Amino acid sequence: MTTVLQLEQISKQVFNESDRHTTILNQINLTVNKGDFITVLGGNGAGKSTLFNAITGSTSVSGGQVSLKGKHLNTIKEEKRAAFIARVFQDPKMGTAPRMTVAENLLLALKRGQKPTLFSRGLNRHYDYFKSLCETIGNGLEEKLDVPTEQLSGGQRQSLSLLMATLTEPDVLLLDEHTAALDPKIAVRLMELTDQIIHEKQLTCLMITHRMEDALKYGNRLIVLEKGSIKSDLNEKEKSALSMDDLFHLFERDETPAP
Amino acid sequence: MIISAIAQGLLWSVLGIGIFTTYRILNFPDLTAEGSFPLGAAVAVTAILFGIHPIFASLLAVIAGMLAGLVTSLLYIKGKIPIILSGILVMSGLHSVILFIMRRPNLSLLNQPRLFDTFSGLPNYFDVVVVGLIVLMIVISLLLGFFYTDLGQAYIATGDNEKMARSFGIETDKMKLMGIVLSNGLIALGGALVAQNNGYADVNGGSGIIVIGLASIIIAEVAFSNMKLGERLLTIVIGSILYQLLLLGVIRLGLDTTYIRLFSSAILAMCLMLPQVRQKMRLGTLIGKGEEF
Ligand SMILES: Nc1ncnc2c1ncn2[C@@H]1O[C@H](COP(=O)(O)OP(=O)(O)O)[C@@H](O)[C@H]1O
Ligand SMILES: [Mg+2]
Repeated sequence: MTTVLQLEQISKQVFNESDRHTTILNQINLTVNKGDFITVLGGNGAGKSTLFNAITGSTSVSGGQVSLKGKHLNTIKEEKRAAFIARVFQDPKMGTAPRMTVAENLLLALKRGQKPTLFSRGLNRHYDYFKSLCETIGNGLEEKLDVPTEQLSGGQRQSLSLLMATLTEPDVLLLDEHTAALDPKIAVRLMELTDQIIHEKQLTCLMITHRMEDALKYGNRLIVLEKGSIKSDLNEKEKSALSMDDLFHLFERDETPAP
Repeated sequence: MIISAIAQGLLWSVLGIGIFTTYRILNFPDLTAEGSFPLGAAVAVTAILFGIHPIFASLLAVIAGMLAGLVTSLLYIKGKIPIILSGILVMSGLHSVILFIMRRPNLSLLNQPRLFDTFSGLPNYFDVVVVGLIVLMIVISLLLGFFYTDLGQAYIATGDNEKMARSFGIETDKMKLMGIVLSNGLIALGGALVAQNNGYADVNGGSGIIVIGLASIIIAEVAFSNMKLGERLLTIVIGSILYQLLLLGVIRLGLDTTYIRLFSSAILAMCLMLPQVRQKMRLGTLIGKGEEF
């Protein structure tokens, strides 16, 4: 098994006004192997999003080392890491450029990590490819290729974000509650699509979710984050033996996991 | 008189387009404009007085404006000074730079060659119109060409959703730097053109020009909604001409020119307060097809 992503002793502290520091991430160790699909659970404020930010480089870490395929990332800027690490945010507005069309957004995604040149963008060359891609989703996105994404529904936007994040088959895909803002029905469909894409492209993925049934149903590994530490880390076997009840008990009583 | 206003509008629209590239695409209020505009004027007029051909004098003005933009963007990006303050610092500092270049508060181009001389055979003001149209054609086609390159798309994405742009590997700081540099180059070109038309450069020539630039953009957006990027650039030219005609009308009505600036600000403020305009500001653009601005 090859290690794709490695976190060693990752810590994140922030200082508040009175100059006292709060620990958001506390000595996190995590080894992610190629093809892993890890679901991440944890109460509000457990540090899940911060963990992702530490991986993508959108926040600096206070200590520890993040490595991707053996390469240390700490000194590498977010924009450079983006060539290998893709992300879908919870807020459908965050994932796309609102005034640019669906096709234009896909084109940006296709050129992930490439230095933008002064050559013509060549949208027409990829137009048919984009159309066929959108058709695979089955929510009418292919009809909206020339529509600015601000006019799409939340579900369409989020499936576009997912398409964009996985287009170039990144080494690591990070999903941060990407179905949380959607209607339940649409959330279920997006989750099925997510699972399908991850398997087809054999992606390595970490998925934060607030839906326990998704955490159980999908992926081959489950971690529970609490107060900035990994409280449990269950492998495929342990995970498949887990019931919803067991999962509830993994949370502390005073922490209210989202329904 | 109307032809004169149209000619003015054409020249001033270069300023509007320059401001548009940051203010509308990046959502950046860059106040450097109030310094880079008179800087462009000063550089062009001084260069012409040194015997440099008006075309090259105007190009020198562009370079000077780009340098001013470079300073602002470095203050903002590297120095982490808020963009408004960075712009104000540079705008204020440029006052001294302009005095240094011109060696006096204003400089006349009396009996000196100007960009419009090539067409001096044309009737009054038409030479300015023709030169204005040629310059605009070059500027707009270069800009449009740029916007539809990979780099231009990365630039637009940066203004549209910075966080998303970065998550796809776009170096957003570089894009902003490029935008501010480019924008101030255009604004300085506007200054160079207007100065040659007026026949002089003045160290205070930039005061209030942001309002003029914004007015052409806002008038364009009120008059024409749902435009693609290329059409939007053209409508700024129309907006700029409409604004000049509006000023002309007001003067014709007998308004004391002392109050022109107050009048301009009031008009702009009212346009900005129109609810649908406000919504447009927030969304950047509204419904329709394609990339809209
Ligand atoms: N930049 C920051 N400065 C201060 N506190 C922060 C910052 N980022 C996150 N936090 C705090 O860290 C904790 C973890 O946040 P987050 O990672 O967003 O949690 P989760 O995604 O698990 O809900 C929260 O209490 C949040 O308020
Ligand atoms: Mg979160």
